[in-house]
Amino acid sequence: MQNVLINGTYLLASVLFILGLKGLTHPRTAVRGNLLGALGMFLAVIVTLLDQRIVDWTVVLAGLLVGTAVGTVLAVRIQMTAMPQLVALFNGLGGAASALVAGTALMGAGLPDRELMFQYTAASAAAGLIGAVTFWGSLVAFAKLQELVSEKPMAFPGQQVFNAILAAVSLGLGVWLMFTPDPGLWYWGVVILASILGVSLVTPIGGADMPVVIALLNSYSGLAAAATGFVLMNNVLIIAGSLVGASGLILTQIMCHAMNRSLPAVLFGVAGPPSDKQMTADQVYGGKVKSASPDEVAMLFEGARRVVIVPGYGMAVAQAQHAVAELAELLESRDIEVEYAIHPVAGRMPGHMNVLLAEADVPYEKLKDMDDINPTFEETDVVIVNGSNDIVNPLARTDTQSLLAGMPILDVDKAKTVVVVKRSLSPGFAGVPNPLFAAPNCLMMFGDGKKMMLELISALKAAA
Amino acid sequence: MEIFLTGLTIFVLAIFAGFEIITKIPPTLHTPLMSGANAISGITLVGALVAAGAEQNLLTTVLGFSAIVCATINVVGGFLVTNRMLAMFKKKG
Repeated sequence: MQNVLINGTYLLASVLFILGLKGLTHPRTAVRGNLLGALGMFLAVIVTLLDQRIVDWTVVLAGLLVGTAVGTVLAVRIQMTAMPQLVALFNGLGGAASALVAGTALMGAGLPDRELMFQYTAASAAAGLIGAVTFWGSLVAFAKLQELVSEKPMAFPGQQVFNAILAAVSLGLGVWLMFTPDPGLWYWGVVILASILGVSLVTPIGGADMPVVIALLNSYSGLAAAATGFVLMNNVLIIAGSLVGASGLILTQIMCHAMNRSLPAVLFGVAGPPSDKQMTADQVYGGKVKSASPDEVAMLFEGARRVVIVPGYGMAVAQAQHAVAELAELLESRDIEVEYAIHPVAGRMPGHMNVLLAEADVPYEKLKDMDDINPTFEETDVVIVNGSNDIVNPLARTDTQSLLAGMPILDVDKAKTVVVVKRSLSPGFAGVPNPLFAAPNCLMMFGDGKKMMLELISALKAAA
Repeated sequence: MEIFLTGLTIFVLAIFAGFEIITKIPPTLHTPLMSGANAISGITLVGALVAAGAEQNLLTTVLGFSAIVCATINVVGGFLVTNRMLAMFKKKG
């Protein structure tokens, strides 16, 4: 009877998870969706506490208490600009928890009968492998995003071969787990190898590729939970884990598509040397770049009817989202239509810009996807590019030799005037000069993303 | 083998369900989707509770305790921060 209650509740929790994710398909229903997911989790935890195998309550309650306290503080205190690293950290903890649960189950609860043995150990190996890669990979991603270590790719010669060998050996050890009489011990061998692999896989990946990495680690954290579900033969773990695994995979796919790169190219592709045909910065910019003061830019808006703002990672770094939103409101009060163009990989994780602008009270209808807004640039009077570079580089369309070749970009160069707010002419992540900055219809506003917005706002107000 | 196949069936069907739902989620909600989905993957907490609570040796108790802490941070922090983000998404006017 008790099993019926527990498994029935797990079924209910699974349904709530699915309904919760379904709620996320629209901003109006999303808050409720998230609450449904949380309710499912709450029910699953409560009913699990009825499990008669639990005898040691101090450990259980202490763990729940510590986790709740830390989780709450992190969630309440975190700045919206730091969201990518928080998501990375949470992904990692999920992976770690799955690896630890599988390990504990393997060492503690007496081994099941022979028939179940293969599944049990194989699933444990999978949970340990994926969980450890997720944890250590996420920690490296966290350190890069938090700028504890350099965001630049860090690689040593032969790293890809090293990773391949490491992956093969850990897989082999995972298989060995199914045959050895002492899987509890060998399990930790798998975990250690997978930990090294997790670090070594993410260190060579640079900052701008982080959206792919975070989405992929998100997927792994789900798959690790599903694998743990196979260890414990627990359906709610399998269902929830595979939902998250699918979700992360879809996001990974969207991010790769938005960079016109395959997943292996992002994960293993150390950027090759720039081709000889690539133009140097001097050739591209030499004498052609025009800079403008906030006063001069303010004059552009006289008689303008449509303005598009293109935010990038630079906006997040400068914490400029509120200033950007204030500028947009000021322009709107002067009967100018303002929209935001959001490139899928702008920022450091999927949807990064949307969250920042939502924090600045920008209504979500004003945020347009690349495909929707690209046809409108020709009718746009002024485009303000704040802190993005590669995603507006027209070389992606024109130069088949370029590292950016084929990457879908925002066609801002087709607007009447483009104002680029940027500290200097330094190249974006791809290391390619941007001919947009030298285009006849482009003005550079050199300076901090937030400061320039505020100066532009006062210039506009003074001119009125 | 039969038990494994049952699990595998559930796994495959849930992945399909996930693909169907998640492809419909608009890009503007991708960050809350990630943090919300991530909180759901903290379901491993359920396994951690049993693993830590069962009477075993010191080592498994320590491992189980760590698993509970990690998973609870993941669950509580994940749902809270997702809620905080989603509350900011507003309609015009």
